Amino acid sequence: MLEVIPMKFHNVTSFILHRHRAVIPAADLTFSSAQCRYLEQERRIRRQIFFCRVLFLVLFLFFWEIGARLGILNDFIFSSPSRVLSCFLSMAADRTIFYHMGITILETLFSFFLVTGIGIFGAVALWSSRRLAKILEPYLVMLNSLPKSALAPVLIVWLGNNMKTIITAAISVAVFGSILTLYNGFLSMDPDQIRLIYTLGGKRKDVLTKILLPGSVPLIISNMKVNIGLCLVGVIIGEFLSAQAGLGFLIIYGSQVFKLDLVIMSIVILCILSAILYQAVAVLEKRCGR
Amino acid sequence: MTPKLEVKGVDYSYHTLEGETKALSDISFHVNSGEFLCIVGPSGCGKSTLLSLLSGLLVPEKGKILFDGTPVARGVSGVGYMLQRDHLLEWRTVLSNVSLGLEVRRKCDPEHLSRVKELLDSYGLRSFYDAHPSELSGGMRQRAALIRTLALEPDLLLLDEPFSALDYQTRLSVCDDISSIIRSRRKTAILITHDLSEAVSAADRILVLTSRPGTIKGELVIQFPNHETSPLKRRNYSEFSSYFNELWKILGNRDAVNVGGDPDEIS
Repeated sequence: MLEVIPMKFHNVTSFILHRHRAVIPAADLTFSSAQCRYLEQERRIRRQIFFCRVLFLVLFLFFWEIGARLGILNDFIFSSPSRVLSCFLSMAADRTIFYHMGITILETLFSFFLVTGIGIFGAVALWSSRRLAKILEPYLVMLNSLPKSALAPVLIVWLGNNMKTIITAAISVAVFGSILTLYNGFLSMDPDQIRLIYTLGGKRKDVLTKILLPGSVPLIISNMKVNIGLCLVGVIIGEFLSAQAGLGFLIIYGSQVFKLDLVIMSIVILCILSAILYQAVAVLEKRCGR
Repeated sequence: MTPKLEVKGVDYSYHTLEGETKALSDISFHVNSGEFLCIVGPSGCGKSTLLSLLSGLLVPEKGKILFDGTPVARGVSGVGYMLQRDHLLEWRTVLSNVSLGLEVRRKCDPEHLSRVKELLDSYGLRSFYDAHPSELSGGMRQRAALIRTLALEPDLLLLDEPFSALDYQTRLSVCDDISSIIRSRRKTAILITHDLSEAVSAADRILVLTSRPGTIKGELVIQFPNHETSPLKRRNYSEFSSYFNELWKILGNRDAVNVGGDPDEIS
């Protein structure tokens, strides 16, 4: 089933993105009144959706803050928006927060590019030798379903208390699924398109460069969307265990010294960061998309 | 005169863990240079298998296939194969789609490219060089697919039901188009179809295959008055329906012996 989910995910995501990105044309004299009414209604619905989204966020922050101020929530444990903000501002003043964010982003991007590269290379290797694929299949499936956080302590012992461990942990989270997804994508290519290359006198290499790779671009990008999230997961797991810097380090450190403002702030930054990274790949998809 | 293509006693079977399926049994025929041969038969008679064998994609288990007197092999340059659907690649422009074969054969030089452009120009695709396949009509797509095949300058064209994916109207006109292109370039062609009227309208000669395992059941030489070769015009002649009926009889009666005309033509 593994190969199916990311593709569906891709379709649904692009569907939602497409719906949201579709620009409503400005009113035009050439439009019929019915078309204008339809556009007006569509505009109203979008305004309502946008308003409700903002309202939801504002209400959430408001009740959190009020709850903390009135003592309904223990702000030592639950923190509060204002405490998170002041924590952020104080760390922004001495720039330490940017250092930690930078470390996490760097580690995530580095492992993301490695995973993408290894994923494509591995899938091509499996495709080029059916026998190799058959031999490795059970091991890849097993490694893919193994909870990778179980590997992290071993990695520290093997690789040391450093960035190598973190990046290896991040790669291990995403790489096996990536290889399997792309390989299955290759296998599900239209066999007649592959036949076409052979009828034109092509070799297996031509099938790869003319059909499989260009035809898999949408799949590769949707897989990148999954990978960027998984790499962030892997980086945080790694930072929990072996780091002197990074958002994962701040979360673990903050919880150990009971500075929950620091923990909550780091989580909020992670939320925003993961959304931005995901959107960056989505922009790439739009650029490549036809 | 040696025939362009000669098939001698060819057998082919598919093998799976469940067992063996005989697809073709003792197939023998020949195609002369410049001839338009149609092969008709019910679905599952191994028509596509036969074309794969002729193009060298599959190797026969028994028998010989000679092209200009030498055995065919995968990637021989004289045989062009047009698949059932056009398979134009959506991520390429029309021009780079039709030059795909040249790219694959490392022949994508200016000389060959200008030939391809000439073909596009003369078959109504001049203003579509940089269009993507989805912008073309069904007929244009088939023409582009034919040009992709012709770009490699094959002597023998294999056409695997190239019109079956089109709607009926488009199908008639595209069939007319394509067969006039093939005839004007004096190519030898083998068209596989399950549409009897299409076969009568396009062919110089028709071979009838039986269903699994495919064997040749009959042969019919088609000759219209005034050497008419246009599929659309042929449909207006009274000979059209009589040929159709003969074909129908060959297909309908399992032991067809003496169906119309010269019994020597039925093997």
